[in-house]
Amino acid sequence: MKGRLGLRFVAIGYLAALLAFPVGLVFYRAFEHGVDAFWEAMTTPDAQHAFWLTVEMVAIAVPLNTAFGVLCALVLVRQNFRGKALLNAAVDLPFAVSPVVIGLALILIYGRDGWIGDWLIENGIRVIFSTPGMILATIFVSLPFVVREVVPVLREIGTEQEQAAETLGASPLQTFFRITLPAIRWGVAYGVVLTTARALGEFGAVSIVSGKLSGQTETLTLLVENRFQRFDLAGAYAASVVLAILALLTLLSMNLLRPKEGR
Amino acid sequence: MGIVVENVGKKYGDFVALDDVSLNVRDGSLTALLGPSGGGKSTLLRVIAGLEEPDTGTVVIDGEDATGVPARKRGVGFVFQHYAPFKHMTVRDNVAFGLKIRKREKAEIDERVRELLELVHLEGFAHRYPSQLSGGQRQRMALARALAVKPKVLLLDEPFGALDATVRKELRAWLRRLHDEMNVTTVFVTHDQEEAMEVAEQIVVLNHGAIEQVGAPQDLYDRPANDFVMHFIGPVAPLGKRWLRPHDLDILLEPEPGASEATVQHVLHLGFEVRVEVKVEGGEETWVQTTRDRARELELADGQQVWLRPAHDPVLEPEAAA
Repeated sequence: MKGRLGLRFVAIGYLAALLAFPVGLVFYRAFEHGVDAFWEAMTTPDAQHAFWLTVEMVAIAVPLNTAFGVLCALVLVRQNFRGKALLNAAVDLPFAVSPVVIGLALILIYGRDGWIGDWLIENGIRVIFSTPGMILATIFVSLPFVVREVVPVLREIGTEQEQAAETLGASPLQTFFRITLPAIRWGVAYGVVLTTARALGEFGAVSIVSGKLSGQTETLTLLVENRFQRFDLAGAYAASVVLAILALLTLLSMNLLRPKEGR
Repeated sequence: MGIVVENVGKKYGDFVALDDVSLNVRDGSLTALLGPSGGGKSTLLRVIAGLEEPDTGTVVIDGEDATGVPARKRGVGFVFQHYAPFKHMTVRDNVAFGLKIRKREKAEIDERVRELLELVHLEGFAHRYPSQLSGGQRQRMALARALAVKPKVLLLDEPFGALDATVRKELRAWLRRLHDEMNVTTVFVTHDQEEAMEVAEQIVVLNHGAIEQVGAPQDLYDRPANDFVMHFIGPVAPLGKRWLRPHDLDILLEPEPGASEATVQHVLHLGFEVRVEVKVEGGEETWVQTTRDRARELELADGQQVWLRPAHDPVLEPEAAA
Protein backbone atom coordinates (compact mmCIF):
# COMPACT_ATOMS: atom_id res chain seq x y z
CA MET A 1 0.00 0.00 0.00
CA LYS A 2 2.71 2.41 1.02
CA GLY A 3 4.72 1.47 -2.04
CA ARG A 4 1.80 2.23 -4.38
CA LEU A 5 1.19 5.60 -2.75
CA GLY A 6 4.86 6.33 -3.10
CA LEU A 7 4.80 5.56 -6.82
CA ARG A 8 1.78 7.78 -7.28
CA PHE A 9 3.47 10.57 -5.38
CA VAL A 10 6.56 10.35 -7.55
CA ALA A 11 4.55 10.35 -10.79
CA ILE A 12 2.34 13.25 -9.81
CA GLY A 13 5.16 15.16 -8.17
CA TYR A 14 7.34 14.82 -11.24
CA LEU A 15 4.58 16.11 -13.53
CA ALA A 16 3.71 18.91 -11.14
CA ALA A 17 7.24 20.15 -10.73
CA LEU A 18 8.26 19.91 -14.36
CA LEU A 19 5.01 20.60 -16.22
CA ALA A 20 2.05 21.89 -14.25
CA PHE A 21 3.84 24.40 -12.08
CA PRO A 22 5.83 26.23 -14.82
CA VAL A 23 2.88 26.29 -17.22
CA GLY A 24 0.59 27.44 -14.42
CA LEU A 25 3.02 30.20 -13.60
CA VAL A 26 2.95 31.40 -17.22
CA PHE A 27 -0.84 31.58 -17.03
CA TYR A 28 -0.59 33.47 -13.74
CA ARG A 29 1.90 35.97 -15.12
CA ALA A 30 -0.14 36.51 -18.28
CA PHE A 31 -3.17 37.58 -16.29
CA GLU A 32 -1.25 39.21 -13.45
CA HIS A 33 -2.22 42.68 -14.62
CA GLY A 34 -5.75 41.73 -15.50
CA VAL A 35 -7.56 40.47 -18.56
CA ASP A 36 -7.40 43.89 -20.18
CA ALA A 37 -3.61 43.91 -20.26
CA PHE A 38 -3.65 40.40 -21.73
CA TRP A 39 -6.21 41.46 -24.32
CA GLU A 40 -4.19 44.51 -25.25
CA ALA A 41 -1.02 42.46 -25.70
CA MET A 42 -2.81 40.04 -28.01
CA THR A 43 -4.65 42.58 -30.18
CA THR A 44 -1.63 44.46 -31.47
CA PRO A 45 -1.31 44.09 -35.26
CA ASP A 46 1.82 41.98 -34.87
CA ALA A 47 0.14 39.63 -32.40
CA GLN A 48 -2.94 39.32 -34.61
CA HIS A 49 -0.80 38.58 -37.61
CA ALA A 50 1.25 36.02 -35.69
CA PHE A 51 -1.93 34.31 -34.51
CA TRP A 52 -3.43 34.01 -37.98
CA LEU A 53 -0.13 33.00 -39.55
CA THR A 54 0.17 30.19 -37.01
CA VAL A 55 -3.38 29.06 -37.72
CA GLU A 56 -2.70 29.16 -41.46
CA MET A 57 0.42 27.04 -41.14
CA VAL A 58 -1.37 24.48 -39.01
CA ALA A 59 -4.31 24.47 -41.42
CA ILE A 60 -2.00 23.60 -44.31
CA ALA A 61 0.58 21.36 -42.65
CA VAL A 62 -1.82 19.15 -40.66
CA PRO A 63 -4.12 18.04 -43.52
CA LEU A 64 -1.10 17.40 -45.76
CA ASN A 65 0.68 15.37 -43.11
CA THR A 66 -2.52 13.49 -42.30
CA ALA A 67 -3.07 12.46 -45.91
CA PHE A 68 0.58 11.60 -46.39
CA GLY A 69 0.76 9.85 -43.01
CA VAL A 70 -2.14 7.53 -43.77
CA LEU A 71 -0.79 6.78 -47.24
CA CYS A 72 2.70 6.14 -45.92
CA ALA A 73 1.39 3.90 -43.13
CA LEU A 74 -0.58 1.87 -45.71
CA VAL A 75 2.54 1.42 -47.80
CA LEU A 76 4.64 0.45 -44.78
CA VAL A 77 2.14 -2.08 -43.44
CA ARG A 78 0.54 -3.51 -46.57
CA GLN A 79 3.36 -3.63 -49.08
CA ASN A 80 6.66 -5.38 -49.31
CA PHE A 81 9.43 -3.91 -51.37
CA ARG A 82 13.14 -3.29 -51.41
CA GLY A 83 14.03 -0.24 -49.39
CA LYS A 84 11.03 -0.48 -47.11
CA ALA A 85 13.29 -0.42 -44.05
CA LEU A 86 14.87 2.74 -45.43
CA LEU A 87 11.49 4.44 -45.85
CA ASN A 88 10.56 3.34 -42.35
CA ALA A 89 13.70 4.92 -40.95
CA ALA A 90 13.32 8.05 -43.05
CA VAL A 91 9.91 8.73 -41.54
CA ASP A 92 11.57 9.09 -38.15
CA LEU A 93 14.19 11.52 -39.45
CA PRO A 94 12.35 14.60 -38.16
CA PHE A 95 12.43 13.05 -34.67
CA ALA A 96 16.12 12.38 -34.90
CA VAL A 97 17.37 15.53 -36.56
CA SER A 98 17.32 18.82 -34.66
CA PRO A 99 14.81 21.33 -36.10
CA VAL A 100 17.64 23.83 -36.49
CA VAL A 101 19.38 21.44 -38.89
CA ILE A 102 16.11 20.99 -40.76
CA GLY A 103 15.83 24.74 -41.14
CA LEU A 104 19.38 24.99 -42.47
CA ALA A 105 18.74 22.14 -44.89
CA LEU A 106 15.73 23.97 -46.30
CA ILE A 107 17.83 27.08 -46.84
CA LEU A 108 20.41 24.96 -48.67
CA ILE A 109 17.76 23.87 -51.11
CA TYR A 110 15.40 26.81 -51.44
CA GLY A 111 17.54 29.76 -50.33
CA ARG A 112 19.64 32.12 -52.42
CA ASP A 113 22.49 30.08 -54.00
CA GLY A 114 20.49 27.05 -52.92
CA TRP A 115 19.90 23.95 -55.00
CA ILE A 116 16.73 25.18 -56.69
CA GLY A 117 16.46 28.45 -54.78
CA ASP A 118 17.85 30.72 -57.50
CA TRP A 119 15.57 29.27 -60.12
CA LEU A 120 12.55 29.77 -57.84
CA ILE A 121 13.49 33.35 -57.01
CA GLU A 122 13.97 34.17 -60.69
CA ASN A 123 10.46 32.91 -61.28
CA GLY A 124 9.11 35.08 -58.50
CA ILE A 125 8.59 32.36 -55.91
CA ARG A 126 10.00 33.20 -52.51
CA VAL A 127 10.29 30.21 -50.23
CA ILE A 128 12.87 31.22 -47.67
CA PHE A 129 12.02 34.21 -45.44
CA SER A 130 8.43 33.72 -46.48
CA THR A 131 5.36 31.64 -45.63
CA PRO A 132 6.01 28.69 -48.03
CA GLY A 133 9.36 27.96 -46.37
CA MET A 134 7.82 28.12 -42.92
CA ILE A 135 5.06 25.76 -43.98
CA LEU A 136 7.66 23.37 -45.41
CA ALA A 137 9.58 23.48 -42.13
CA THR A 138 6.39 22.83 -40.16
CA ILE A 139 5.45 19.91 -42.40
CA PHE A 140 8.93 18.48 -41.99
CA VAL A 141 9.03 18.55 -38.20
CA SER A 142 5.46 17.27 -37.71
CA LEU A 143 5.59 14.54 -40.34
CA PRO A 144 6.07 11.32 -38.34
CA PHE A 145 3.13 11.55 -35.93
CA VAL A 146 0.27 10.33 -38.10
CA VAL A 147 2.41 7.56 -39.61
CA ARG A 148 3.57 6.35 -36.20
CA GLU A 149 0.04 6.38 -34.75
CA VAL A 150 -1.60 4.69 -37.73
CA VAL A 151 0.94 1.91 -38.43
CA PRO A 152 0.19 -0.16 -35.30
CA VAL A 153 -3.57 0.23 -35.74
CA LEU A 154 -3.37 -0.91 -39.36
CA ARG A 155 -1.30 -3.91 -38.28
CA GLU A 156 -3.85 -4.81 -35.66
CA ILE A 157 -6.96 -4.64 -37.85
CA GLY A 158 -5.35 -6.89 -40.47
CA THR A 159 -6.67 -7.28 -44.00
CA GLU A 160 -9.65 -9.59 -43.53
CA GLN A 161 -12.26 -6.84 -43.29
CA GLU A 162 -10.86 -5.27 -46.45
CA GLN A 163 -10.92 -8.60 -48.26
CA ALA A 164 -14.49 -9.15 -47.10
CA ALA A 165 -15.44 -5.77 -48.55
CA GLU A 166 -13.69 -6.73 -51.77
CA THR A 167 -15.63 -9.97 -52.15
CA LEU A 168 -18.82 -7.94 -51.56
CA GLY A 169 -18.02 -5.84 -54.62
CA ALA A 170 -16.27 -2.81 -53.13
CA SER A 171 -13.60 -1.08 -55.23
CA PRO A 172 -10.26 -0.27 -53.57
CA LEU A 173 -11.38 3.32 -53.02
CA GLN A 174 -14.74 2.29 -51.56
CA THR A 175 -12.96 -0.20 -49.32
CA PHE A 176 -10.61 2.49 -48.07
CA PHE A 177 -13.28 5.04 -47.25
CA ARG A 178 -15.90 2.64 -45.90
CA ILE A 179 -13.78 0.05 -44.11
CA THR A 180 -10.13 1.00 -43.61
CA LEU A 181 -10.53 4.65 -42.66
CA PRO A 182 -13.31 4.07 -40.10
CA ALA A 183 -11.26 1.25 -38.60
CA ILE A 184 -8.16 3.40 -38.12
CA ARG A 185 -9.97 6.65 -37.27
CA TRP A 186 -8.76 6.84 -33.68
CA GLY A 187 -5.16 6.32 -34.68
CA VAL A 188 -5.58 9.08 -37.27
CA ALA A 189 -7.30 11.37 -34.76
CA TYR A 190 -4.55 10.94 -32.22
CA GLY A 191 -1.92 11.49 -34.88
CA VAL A 192 -3.70 14.68 -35.97
CA VAL A 193 -3.74 15.97 -32.41
CA LEU A 194 -0.02 15.34 -31.98
CA THR A 195 0.75 16.82 -35.40
CA THR A 196 -1.26 19.92 -34.58
CA ALA A 197 0.41 20.34 -31.22
CA ARG A 198 3.84 19.96 -32.80
CA ALA A 199 3.02 22.33 -35.66
CA LEU A 200 1.72 24.97 -33.24
CA GLY A 201 4.78 24.79 -31.08
CA GLU A 202 7.49 24.53 -33.72
CA PHE A 203 10.24 27.04 -33.17
CA GLY A 204 13.70 26.03 -34.34
CA ALA A 205 13.22 25.20 -38.00
CA VAL A 206 10.64 27.92 -38.56
CA SER A 207 12.90 30.42 -36.81
CA ILE A 208 15.73 29.73 -39.26
CA VAL A 209 13.69 29.94 -42.48
CA SER A 210 11.39 32.77 -41.44
CA GLY A 211 13.86 35.64 -41.15
CA LYS A 212 11.71 36.74 -38.18
CA LEU A 213 10.07 39.72 -39.83
CA SER A 214 7.51 41.14 -37.41
CA GLY A 215 4.06 41.30 -38.93
CA GLN A 216 5.21 39.24 -41.89
CA THR A 217 6.89 35.97 -41.01
CA GLU A 218 6.39 35.90 -37.27
CA THR A 219 4.45 33.02 -35.79
CA LEU A 220 3.23 32.87 -32.20
CA THR A 221 6.34 31.04 -31.00
CA LEU A 222 8.56 33.58 -32.71
CA LEU A 223 6.45 36.37 -31.24
CA VAL A 224 7.07 34.94 -27.78
CA GLU A 225 10.81 34.99 -28.35
CA ASN A 226 10.76 38.43 -29.91
CA ARG A 227 8.85 39.95 -27.01
CA PHE A 228 10.96 38.12 -24.48
CA GLN A 229 14.13 39.55 -25.97
CA ARG A 230 12.66 43.03 -25.97
CA PHE A 231 11.92 42.60 -22.25
CA ASP A 232 8.19 42.71 -22.94
CA LEU A 233 7.60 39.85 -20.52
CA ALA A 234 3.85 40.40 -20.09
CA GLY A 235 3.46 40.29 -23.87
CA ALA A 236 5.54 37.11 -24.08
CA TYR A 237 3.43 35.44 -21.41
CA ALA A 238 0.22 36.45 -23.17
CA ALA A 239 1.36 34.91 -26.45
CA SER A 240 2.50 31.79 -24.60
CA VAL A 241 -0.92 31.43 -23.05
CA VAL A 242 -2.60 31.69 -26.44
CA LEU A 243 -0.32 28.92 -27.72
CA ALA A 244 -1.06 26.76 -24.71
CA ILE A 245 -4.80 27.30 -25.07
CA LEU A 246 -4.72 26.33 -28.75
CA ALA A 247 -2.89 23.13 -27.86
CA LEU A 248 -5.28 22.36 -25.02
CA LEU A 249 -8.28 22.92 -27.31
CA THR A 250 -6.81 20.41 -29.74
CA LEU A 251 -6.46 17.79 -27.02
CA LEU A 252 -9.90 18.57 -25.67
CA SER A 253 -11.61 18.30 -29.05
CA MET A 254 -10.38 14.73 -29.39
CA ASN A 255 -11.52 13.80 -25.92
CA LEU A 256 -14.92 15.27 -26.67
CA LEU A 257 -15.25 13.27 -29.86
CA ARG A 258 -14.08 10.05 -28.32
CA PRO A 259 -17.03 8.88 -26.12
CA LYS A 260 -19.12 8.19 -29.24
CA GLU A 261 -16.81 5.27 -29.83
CA GLY A 262 -18.03 3.47 -26.69
CA ARG A 263 -20.73 1.44 -28.43
CA MET B 1 -21.78 -24.65 -64.61
CA GLY B 2 -20.68 -24.62 -61.01
CA ILE B 3 -16.95 -24.23 -60.53
CA VAL B 4 -14.24 -25.67 -62.74
CA VAL B 5 -10.65 -25.43 -61.58
CA GLU B 6 -8.00 -26.51 -64.07
CA ASN B 7 -4.29 -27.14 -63.47
CA VAL B 8 -4.02 -24.53 -60.77
CA GLY B 9 -0.58 -24.09 -59.20
CA LYS B 10 0.51 -21.68 -56.50
CA LYS B 11 3.86 -21.26 -54.80
CA TYR B 12 4.95 -19.07 -51.91
CA GLY B 13 8.69 -18.91 -52.37
CA ASP B 14 9.80 -22.53 -52.22
CA PHE B 15 6.62 -23.75 -50.59
CA VAL B 16 4.21 -25.39 -53.01
CA ALA B 17 0.72 -24.49 -51.78
CA LEU B 18 -1.12 -25.92 -54.80
CA ASP B 19 0.39 -28.37 -57.24
CA ASP B 20 -1.49 -28.68 -60.53
CA VAL B 21 -4.95 -28.97 -58.98
CA SER B 22 -7.99 -29.69 -61.15
CA LEU B 23 -11.46 -29.91 -59.73
CA ASN B 24 -15.10 -29.88 -60.77
CA VAL B 25 -17.75 -28.57 -58.43
CA ARG B 26 -21.22 -29.34 -59.69
CA ASP B 27 -23.78 -26.53 -59.86
CA GLY B 28 -25.80 -26.36 -56.67
CA SER B 29 -23.71 -28.91 -54.80
CA LEU B 30 -22.28 -28.76 -51.30
CA THR B 31 -18.59 -29.61 -51.35
CA ALA B 32 -15.99 -29.88 -48.60
CA LEU B 33 -12.28 -29.26 -49.10
CA LEU B 34 -10.78 -31.54 -46.47
CA GLY B 35 -7.20 -31.98 -45.42
CA PRO B 36 -4.55 -31.32 -42.81
CA SER B 37 -3.43 -27.74 -42.19
CA GLY B 38 -0.96 -26.57 -44.79
CA GLY B 39 -2.52 -28.99 -47.28
CA GLY B 40 -3.62 -26.20 -49.61
CA LYS B 41 -7.37 -26.21 -49.01
CA SER B 42 -7.65 -22.59 -47.88
CA THR B 43 -5.38 -21.46 -50.69
CA LEU B 44 -7.60 -23.26 -53.22
CA LEU B 45 -10.69 -21.58 -51.75
CA ARG B 46 -9.01 -18.18 -51.92
CA VAL B 47 -7.92 -18.81 -55.51
CA ILE B 48 -11.54 -19.57 -56.42
CA ALA B 49 -12.63 -16.36 -54.67
CA GLY B 50 -9.97 -14.28 -56.42
CA LEU B 51 -8.31 -13.30 -53.13
CA GLU B 52 -5.22 -15.17 -54.23
CA GLU B 53 -3.84 -15.22 -57.74
CA PRO B 54 -2.70 -18.63 -59.00
CA ASP B 55 0.68 -18.90 -60.72
CA THR B 56 -0.77 -21.24 -63.31
CA GLY B 57 -4.13 -22.63 -64.34
CA THR B 58 -7.66 -21.34 -64.78
CA VAL B 59 -10.78 -20.91 -62.68
CA VAL B 60 -14.20 -20.97 -64.35
CA ILE B 61 -17.21 -19.89 -62.32
CA ASP B 62 -20.69 -20.47 -63.65
CA GLY B 63 -19.39 -20.99 -67.17
CA GLU B 64 -17.32 -17.79 -67.23
CA ASP B 65 -13.55 -17.68 -67.11
CA ALA B 66 -12.80 -15.90 -63.83
CA THR B 67 -9.01 -16.20 -63.93
CA GLY B 68 -7.59 -12.71 -63.56
CA VAL B 69 -11.00 -11.24 -62.73
CA PRO B 70 -10.78 -9.27 -59.45
CA ALA B 71 -12.60 -10.73 -56.45
CA ARG B 72 -15.16 -7.94 -56.43
CA LYS B 73 -16.38 -8.86 -59.89
CA ARG B 74 -16.56 -12.63 -59.43
CA GLY B 75 -19.94 -12.81 -57.76
CA VAL B 76 -18.73 -15.01 -54.95
CA GLY B 77 -19.83 -14.90 -51.35
CA PHE B 78 -16.97 -15.50 -48.95
CA VAL B 79 -17.25 -16.25 -45.24
CA PHE B 80 -13.94 -15.83 -43.44
CA GLN B 81 -12.73 -18.11 -40.70
CA HIS B 82 -13.02 -15.34 -38.13
CA TYR B 83 -15.99 -13.83 -39.98
CA ALA B 84 -14.24 -10.49 -40.63
CA PRO B 85 -17.18 -8.46 -39.30
CA PHE B 86 -17.11 -4.74 -40.05
CA LYS B 87 -16.68 -3.73 -36.43
CA HIS B 88 -17.78 -0.13 -36.82
CA MET B 89 -21.10 -1.10 -38.42
CA THR B 90 -24.28 -2.54 -36.99
CA VAL B 91 -25.45 -6.01 -38.01
CA ARG B 92 -27.88 -4.37 -40.39
CA ASP B 93 -25.17 -2.26 -42.05
CA ASN B 94 -22.87 -5.25 -42.28
CA VAL B 95 -25.51 -7.25 -44.15
CA ALA B 96 -26.49 -4.25 -46.30
CA PHE B 97 -22.89 -3.47 -47.31
CA GLY B 98 -22.82 -5.32 -50.62
CA LEU B 99 -26.22 -3.91 -51.60
CA LYS B 100 -25.17 -0.35 -50.76
CA ILE B 101 -22.06 -0.78 -52.87
CA ARG B 102 -24.36 -1.84 -55.70
CA LYS B 103 -26.42 1.32 -55.10
CA ARG B 104 -29.72 -0.47 -54.63
CA GLU B 105 -32.86 1.43 -53.61
CA LYS B 106 -33.19 1.93 -49.88
CA ALA B 107 -36.56 0.16 -49.73
CA GLU B 108 -35.13 -2.82 -51.58
CA ILE B 109 -32.11 -2.96 -49.24
CA ASP B 110 -34.32 -2.80 -46.15
CA GLU B 111 -36.51 -5.60 -47.47
CA ARG B 112 -33.59 -7.84 -48.42
CA VAL B 113 -31.77 -7.28 -45.12
CA ARG B 114 -34.93 -8.09 -43.16
CA GLU B 115 -35.36 -11.26 -45.20
CA LEU B 116 -31.76 -12.35 -44.60
CA LEU B 117 -31.73 -11.60 -40.90
CA GLU B 118 -34.84 -13.73 -40.64
CA LEU B 119 -33.12 -16.49 -42.58
CA VAL B 120 -30.15 -16.53 -40.19
CA HIS B 121 -32.33 -15.98 -37.10
CA LEU B 122 -30.90 -12.58 -36.20
CA GLU B 123 -34.14 -10.55 -36.54
CA GLY B 124 -33.76 -8.88 -33.17
CA PHE B 125 -30.10 -8.03 -33.58
CA ALA B 126 -30.19 -5.58 -36.49
CA HIS B 127 -28.97 -2.63 -34.43
CA ARG B 128 -26.31 -4.41 -32.46
CA TYR B 129 -22.60 -4.17 -33.18
CA PRO B 130 -20.54 -7.30 -33.93
CA SER B 131 -18.81 -6.99 -30.55
CA GLN B 132 -22.19 -7.55 -28.90
CA LEU B 133 -22.77 -10.88 -30.65
CA SER B 134 -21.69 -14.40 -29.75
CA GLY B 135 -19.40 -16.35 -32.06
CA GLY B 136 -22.25 -18.27 -33.63
CA GLN B 137 -24.29 -15.11 -34.19
CA ARG B 138 -21.31 -13.38 -35.75
CA GLN B 139 -20.89 -16.29 -38.09
CA ARG B 140 -24.53 -16.19 -39.16
CA MET B 141 -24.22 -12.45 -39.71
CA ALA B 142 -21.19 -13.05 -41.94
CA LEU B 143 -23.20 -15.64 -43.84
CA ALA B 144 -26.13 -13.25 -44.31
CA ARG B 145 -23.71 -10.58 -45.48
CA ALA B 146 -22.22 -12.93 -48.07
CA LEU B 147 -25.65 -14.09 -49.26
CA ALA B 148 -27.09 -10.56 -49.53
CA VAL B 149 -25.63 -9.98 -52.97
CA LYS B 150 -27.01 -13.30 -54.29
CA PRO B 151 -23.59 -14.81 -55.07
CA LYS B 152 -23.16 -17.43 -57.76
CA VAL B 153 -21.08 -19.49 -55.36
CA LEU B 154 -20.72 -19.44 -51.60
CA LEU B 155 -17.26 -20.09 -50.16
CA LEU B 156 -16.65 -20.70 -46.46
CA ASP B 157 -13.22 -20.93 -44.84
CA GLU B 158 -13.29 -23.20 -41.77
CA PRO B 159 -16.83 -22.03 -41.03
CA PHE B 160 -17.11 -23.85 -37.72
CA GLY B 161 -13.48 -23.76 -36.66
CA ALA B 162 -13.74 -21.00 -34.09
CA LEU B 163 -16.93 -22.20 -32.38
CA ASP B 164 -17.40 -24.43 -29.38
CA ALA B 165 -18.51 -28.01 -29.88
CA THR B 166 -22.28 -27.72 -29.25
CA VAL B 167 -22.75 -24.60 -31.37
CA ARG B 168 -20.71 -26.27 -34.08
CA LYS B 169 -23.02 -29.29 -34.22
CA GLU B 170 -26.09 -27.06 -34.47
CA LEU B 171 -24.61 -24.92 -37.21
CA ARG B 172 -23.57 -27.91 -39.30
CA ALA B 173 -27.14 -29.16 -39.54
CA TRP B 174 -28.36 -25.63 -40.10
CA LEU B 175 -25.87 -24.98 -42.92
CA ARG B 176 -27.00 -28.15 -44.69
CA ARG B 177 -30.65 -27.14 -44.42
CA LEU B 178 -29.81 -23.62 -45.57
CA HIS B 179 -28.02 -25.03 -48.58
CA ASP B 180 -31.03 -27.18 -49.46
CA GLU B 181 -33.20 -24.07 -49.30
CA MET B 182 -30.92 -21.67 -51.18
CA ASN B 183 -29.47 -24.14 -53.62
CA VAL B 184 -26.36 -22.06 -54.17
CA THR B 185 -23.14 -23.87 -55.11
CA THR B 186 -21.27 -24.06 -51.82
CA VAL B 187 -17.66 -24.97 -51.03
CA PHE B 188 -16.31 -25.04 -47.50
CA VAL B 189 -12.92 -25.77 -46.03
CA THR B 190 -12.46 -28.00 -43.01
CA HIS B 191 -9.78 -30.09 -41.36
CA ASP B 192 -12.39 -32.13 -39.50
CA GLN B 193 -13.31 -35.32 -41.38
CA GLU B 194 -16.45 -35.85 -39.30
CA GLU B 195 -17.65 -32.38 -40.20
CA ALA B 196 -16.98 -32.97 -43.89
CA MET B 197 -18.78 -36.34 -43.82
CA GLU B 198 -21.74 -34.89 -41.99
CA VAL B 199 -22.30 -31.78 -44.07
CA ALA B 200 -20.95 -32.31 -47.59
CA GLU B 201 -22.29 -34.17 -50.59
CA GLN B 202 -18.87 -34.27 -52.12
CA ILE B 203 -15.51 -34.31 -50.36
CA VAL B 204 -12.21 -33.23 -51.90
CA VAL B 205 -9.23 -34.51 -49.93
CA LEU B 206 -6.19 -32.25 -50.27
CA ASN B 207 -2.72 -32.98 -49.00
CA HIS B 208 0.60 -31.30 -49.78
CA GLY B 209 -1.13 -29.05 -52.28
CA ALA B 210 -2.53 -31.90 -54.37
CA ILE B 211 -5.90 -33.63 -54.55
CA GLU B 212 -5.74 -37.16 -53.13
CA GLN B 213 -9.32 -38.12 -53.91
CA VAL B 214 -12.72 -36.69 -54.74
CA GLY B 215 -15.94 -38.46 -53.93
CA ALA B 216 -19.08 -38.82 -51.85
CA PRO B 217 -18.42 -39.31 -48.11
CA GLN B 218 -19.41 -42.98 -48.34
CA ASP B 219 -17.06 -43.59 -51.28
CA LEU B 220 -14.09 -42.11 -49.50
CA TYR B 221 -14.77 -44.14 -46.42
CA ASP B 222 -15.39 -47.44 -48.17
CA ARG B 223 -13.05 -47.05 -51.12
CA PRO B 224 -10.19 -44.73 -50.22
CA ALA B 225 -7.84 -44.20 -53.15
CA ASN B 226 -4.72 -44.47 -51.04
CA ASP B 227 -3.19 -44.84 -47.67
CA PHE B 228 -3.46 -41.14 -46.84
CA VAL B 229 -7.19 -40.97 -47.50
CA MET B 230 -7.73 -44.24 -45.65
CA HIS B 231 -6.05 -42.81 -42.57
CA PHE B 232 -7.48 -39.34 -42.81
CA ILE B 233 -11.10 -40.20 -43.41
CA GLY B 234 -11.71 -42.68 -40.61
CA PRO B 235 -10.24 -44.99 -37.99
CA VAL B 236 -7.81 -47.70 -39.13
CA ALA B 237 -6.45 -50.90 -37.65
CA PRO B 238 -3.47 -52.85 -39.01
CA LEU B 239 -3.61 -56.57 -39.70
CA GLY B 240 -0.69 -58.28 -41.37
CA LYS B 241 0.48 -55.86 -44.03
CA ARG B 242 -2.88 -54.24 -44.65
CA TRP B 243 -5.01 -51.49 -43.14
CA LEU B 244 -8.65 -52.12 -42.35
CA ARG B 245 -11.47 -50.24 -40.70
CA PRO B 246 -11.54 -51.57 -37.12
CA HIS B 247 -15.19 -52.54 -37.46
CA ASP B 248 -14.32 -54.63 -40.52
CA LEU B 249 -12.50 -57.16 -38.34
CA ASP B 250 -14.47 -60.15 -37.06
CA ILE B 251 -13.52 -61.73 -33.76
CA LEU B 252 -13.79 -65.53 -33.79
CA LEU B 253 -13.54 -67.88 -30.84
CA GLU B 254 -12.42 -70.84 -32.98
CA PRO B 255 -9.54 -70.99 -35.46
CA GLU B 256 -10.39 -70.80 -39.13
CA PRO B 257 -8.27 -70.81 -42.31
CA GLY B 258 -7.06 -67.30 -43.05
CA ALA B 259 -7.75 -66.03 -39.55
CA SER B 260 -4.91 -64.73 -37.39
CA GLU B 261 -4.45 -65.86 -33.82
CA ALA B 262 -4.48 -63.07 -31.25
CA THR B 263 -4.75 -62.34 -27.55
CA VAL B 264 -7.20 -59.84 -26.07
CA GLN B 265 -5.26 -57.15 -24.22
CA HIS B 266 -8.00 -54.90 -23.12
CA VAL B 267 -11.75 -54.47 -23.58
CA LEU B 268 -13.00 -50.87 -23.48
CA HIS B 269 -16.74 -50.28 -23.07
CA LEU B 270 -17.69 -46.93 -24.61
CA GLY B 271 -21.48 -47.28 -24.50
CA PHE B 272 -22.79 -48.70 -27.73
CA GLU B 273 -19.28 -49.14 -29.07
CA VAL B 274 -16.83 -51.60 -27.57
CA ARG B 275 -13.15 -51.30 -28.40
CA VAL B 276 -11.09 -54.48 -28.16
CA GLU B 277 -7.33 -54.08 -28.08
CA VAL B 278 -5.54 -57.21 -29.24
CA LYS B 279 -2.04 -58.47 -29.83
CA VAL B 280 -1.73 -60.61 -32.95
CA GLU B 281 0.63 -63.56 -32.93
CA GLY B 282 4.02 -62.19 -33.93
CA GLY B 283 3.58 -59.17 -31.67
CA GLU B 284 1.56 -56.77 -33.87
CA GLU B 285 -0.90 -54.69 -31.88
CA THR B 286 -4.25 -53.77 -33.37
CA TRP B 287 -7.81 -53.11 -32.32
CA VAL B 288 -11.33 -54.09 -33.22
CA GLN B 289 -14.42 -51.99 -33.00
CA THR B 290 -17.53 -53.97 -32.19
CA THR B 291 -20.93 -53.49 -30.64
CA ARG B 292 -21.96 -53.97 -27.06
CA ASP B 293 -24.22 -56.90 -27.98
CA ARG B 294 -21.56 -58.65 -30.03
CA ALA B 295 -18.98 -58.26 -27.24
CA ARG B 296 -21.46 -59.67 -24.76
CA GLU B 297 -22.18 -62.63 -27.02
CA LEU B 298 -18.45 -63.43 -27.28
CA GLU B 299 -17.97 -62.96 -23.52
CA LEU B 300 -14.64 -61.25 -24.19
CA ALA B 301 -12.21 -60.95 -21.34
CA ASP B 302 -8.64 -59.67 -21.01
CA GLY B 303 -6.06 -62.33 -21.88
CA GLN B 304 -8.52 -64.37 -23.92
CA GLN B 305 -7.39 -66.30 -27.00
CA VAL B 306 -9.25 -65.21 -30.20
CA TRP B 307 -8.87 -65.29 -34.00
CA LEU B 308 -9.22 -62.26 -36.27
CA ARG B 309 -10.64 -62.33 -39.77
CA PRO B 310 -11.34 -59.43 -42.18
CA ALA B 311 -15.14 -59.12 -42.52
CA HIS B 312 -14.79 -58.64 -46.27
CA ASP B 313 -12.18 -57.88 -48.86
CA PRO B 314 -9.72 -55.24 -47.75
CA VAL B 315 -10.73 -51.71 -48.69
CA LEU B 316 -7.21 -50.97 -49.76
CA GLU B 317 -4.95 -53.46 -51.48
CA PRO B 318 -1.64 -53.98 -49.70
CA GLU B 319 0.31 -52.67 -52.73
CA ALA B 320 -1.52 -49.38 -52.61
CA ALA B 321 -1.07 -49.16 -48.90
CA ALA B 322 2.66 -49.65 -49.11
